[in-house]
Amino acid sequence: MEPLLEARGIVKRYGHVYALREAAFSAYPGEVVALVGDNGAGKSTLVKTLSGALTPDAGEIRLEGTPLRLTGPLDAQRHGIETVYQDLALAPDLDAAANLYLGRELPRSGPLGMLGVLDRNEMRRRAVDTFGDLGIRLPDVAAPVRRLSGGQRQCVAVARAVVWASKVVFMDEPTAALGVVQRRQVLDLIRRVRDGGVTVVLISHNMPEVLAVADRVEVLRLGRRVARFTAADTSVEELVAAMTGGIEQEDAA
Amino acid sequence: MSTVREPATDETLEQDVPDGRWARLLRGNTLWTFLVLVVLAIGFSVAAPLAFATPFNVRNILADSSILLVLAIGMTYVIVSAGIDLSVGSVLVFSGVIAANVMVSMGGVTAGWGGIALGTLAGLAAGFAWGVLNGVLVTKARVPPLIATLGTLGMALGLAQVITGGSDVSRVPSRLSNLIGYGLALGQVPWLAIVAALITVVFALILAFTRFGRHTYATGSNAEAARRVGIAVDRHLIKVYALSGTLAGAAGVLSLARFSTTTIAGHAFDNLSAIAGVVIGGASLFGGVGTIAGTVIGVLIPGVLRNGLIILGAQRFWLDVAVGAVLVLAVMFDQVRRRARERE
Ligand SMILES: Nc1ncnc2c1ncn2[C@@H]1O[C@H](COP(=O)(O)OP(=O)(O)O)[C@@H](O)[C@H]1O
Ligand SMILES: [Mg+2]
Repeated sequence: MEPLLEARGIVKRYGHVYALREAAFSAYPGEVVALVGDNGAGKSTLVKTLSGALTPDAGEIRLEGTPLRLTGPLDAQRHGIETVYQDLALAPDLDAAANLYLGRELPRSGPLGMLGVLDRNEMRRRAVDTFGDLGIRLPDVAAPVRRLSGGQRQCVAVARAVVWASKVVFMDEPTAALGVVQRRQVLDLIRRVRDGGVTVVLISHNMPEVLAVADRVEVLRLGRRVARFTAADTSVEELVAAMTGGIEQEDAA
Repeated sequence: MSTVREPATDETLEQDVPDGRWARLLRGNTLWTFLVLVVLAIGFSVAAPLAFATPFNVRNILADSSILLVLAIGMTYVIVSAGIDLSVGSVLVFSGVIAANVMVSMGGVTAGWGGIALGTLAGLAAGFAWGVLNGVLVTKARVPPLIATLGTLGMALGLAQVITGGSDVSRVPSRLSNLIGYGLALGQVPWLAIVAALITVVFALILAFTRFGRHTYATGSNAEAARRVGIAVDRHLIKVYALSGTLAGAAGVLSLARFSTTTIAGHAFDNLSAIAGVVIGGASLFGGVGTIAGTVIGVLIPGVLRNGLIILGAQRFWLDVAVGAVLVLAVMFDQVRRRARERE
C-alpha cells in the first residue's frame, strides 16, 4: 500500500543543534501510527514540520504521492492535516462548542450572517452531535472549558482536530498530563477516529499505551528514524532497545 | 468496573442546558452587580426620597454617566482582548479639540448641522487614528499595552494643548449643545443618554453575537490558540484599539455638546474611571471575560454612589474614597467566587 503521508531526509537545525538529521517517516491510510523516542529525539520537531508549523531545512514530504510544501498550519489544515499540540491550544474562557468552531465559526444565513452574526445554536447543535459521535461526555457544553477536567479538555482539543481533519491528525503527547481514567477516554477516542478512516499519528512516552492503541510504531533516535515495527509483533523491551540504540534496522532510514 | 453504565451523552447534555443556564447566571457576575446597583438605588431612595428618585435626578445620573459609558464600551473590548487603554481620556480631549476647531471654522456658535457633522467626523477620525497607533504599537512594535497607551496618553494631551495653546476652545455650535447637550427626547430622556444607549446596544450585540466579538474573546483568552486556528490576532487587536479610540472620539464630541467647551483639563482620570467600570462589571484584566451589560452596571454603580452621596450631603472628597472602595470590593468579591468555583 502507498503511504498517505511520507517524509524523507528531513533536516531541521536550531543553531548548532540538529533536531532532525535526515529523518524519515511514513503514515498509511486509516491507521494509528505511534512515533516514539527518547526525550530530545526530535519527535515534536518532526511533527511540527509535517504539520506546517516549522519549515524544514531540507527534505521532502509527500501527501498521497504528491510533493507537499507547507507554508503554515493553515496550509496543512487545507490539506486535511490537523494537529493537537502538546500545550493545549484551547481558549479556556470559551465553551466547548465555541472552541470546536474557533476560527471557522458558522455565520447565520441571510443578511445577519453577512453582518458577521454567528449561528450559535447551529454550532452548539453540531458540537453536541460531534461529541456524541466521538463518545465524549461533557457535563455542560455551554460551560467555559476552563471548568472542565483535564481529560475533558483534551477530548475537546482532540475533537476539534478530528472534526476538521480529513486525512491525518497529529497528537503530540495527548495523554501526558492525564490520570488513568482520562487517559483511557482519550485512547478510546483515538481508536474511534481511526475507525472513522482518519490516520492518527500519536506521540507518547507510555509504551504499554502505544502497544495498546497503535497499529504500527516508528522509532526516532537522535533525529533519525532507526526502526519500524508492527505493534502486534513487538514488545515494550524491543521498543525501548530501539529507542536507546540497542536495535537499528538498516531499512528504517 | 464498567457494569454501571453512565447515561447516554445526549441525555446528559440536554438535561444540563436549562440547569446550566440558571447556574451560570447565578455564578456569573452580572446578576450580583445588578443587585448591588438596585440595593444602592433603593437605599438612596429611602434615605432621600424627595431628592434621589426624581425624574430630574435620574436624568442627571444618566447624563453624567453617558460620556464615561461610551469610553467604557471601548475599554470593555480592549480589556476582553487582554489589553488596556490608558489613553482614552486624552484621546477624548484631542478629538474634542479637533472637532471643535472644525466646527469653529464652519461658523462657531452659529454653525449649522453640516458643520457639526463635519466636526463630528473629524473628531471620530482623530480618535480612530490614535486607536490605530495604539494597536500598531502593541502588536507590531510589541510595546506592552500599559506603556504604549501611557505614551499616547501623554502625546494626545500634549498635542491637544499645542493645538489650542493651552486654552479651551469654547465657541461650540449652540445647535449641538442645545440638542445633544441639554436636550430631552419626548421632554423626558436626555439625548446624550440616548446616543450613549444606542452606541451601547450596537456594541453589546457585536461583542456577544458576531465573529468579531468571538475573536475578541478568543484573543484575550489565549492569543496563541487564536493564532493557531488562523485568526489574524495582530490585525484583530489593531481593530480593537481603533474601536476604543473611535469611541473616545465620539465621547469627545458628546463632551463638547454637554459642556460647550473642550474641557482640556477635565479628563485626567477618565481612563481609570472607565477601567473601574469595566472591572466592576465583571471583566477580567487577564482577558477573555467581560460583557457590555456588566460594564453598563459597572459604570452606573459609581455614578449612583456619587450622586446619592452628594444628595446626602457628603463632603466631596469622600466620594472618591467610596468609589475606590467599591472597585476594590468588587474585585475581591470576584476573586473569592472565582476561587470557590475552581475548588468546585
Ligand atoms: N526551539 C528550539 N530551539 C532550540 N533547540 C530546540 C528547539 N526545539 C527543539 N530543540 C532541540 O531539538 C531537539 C529535539 O527536540 P524535540 O523535537 O522537542 O524532541 P522530543 O519531542 O522528541 O522530545 C532537542 O535537542 C531540543 O533541545
Ligand atoms: Mg516533545
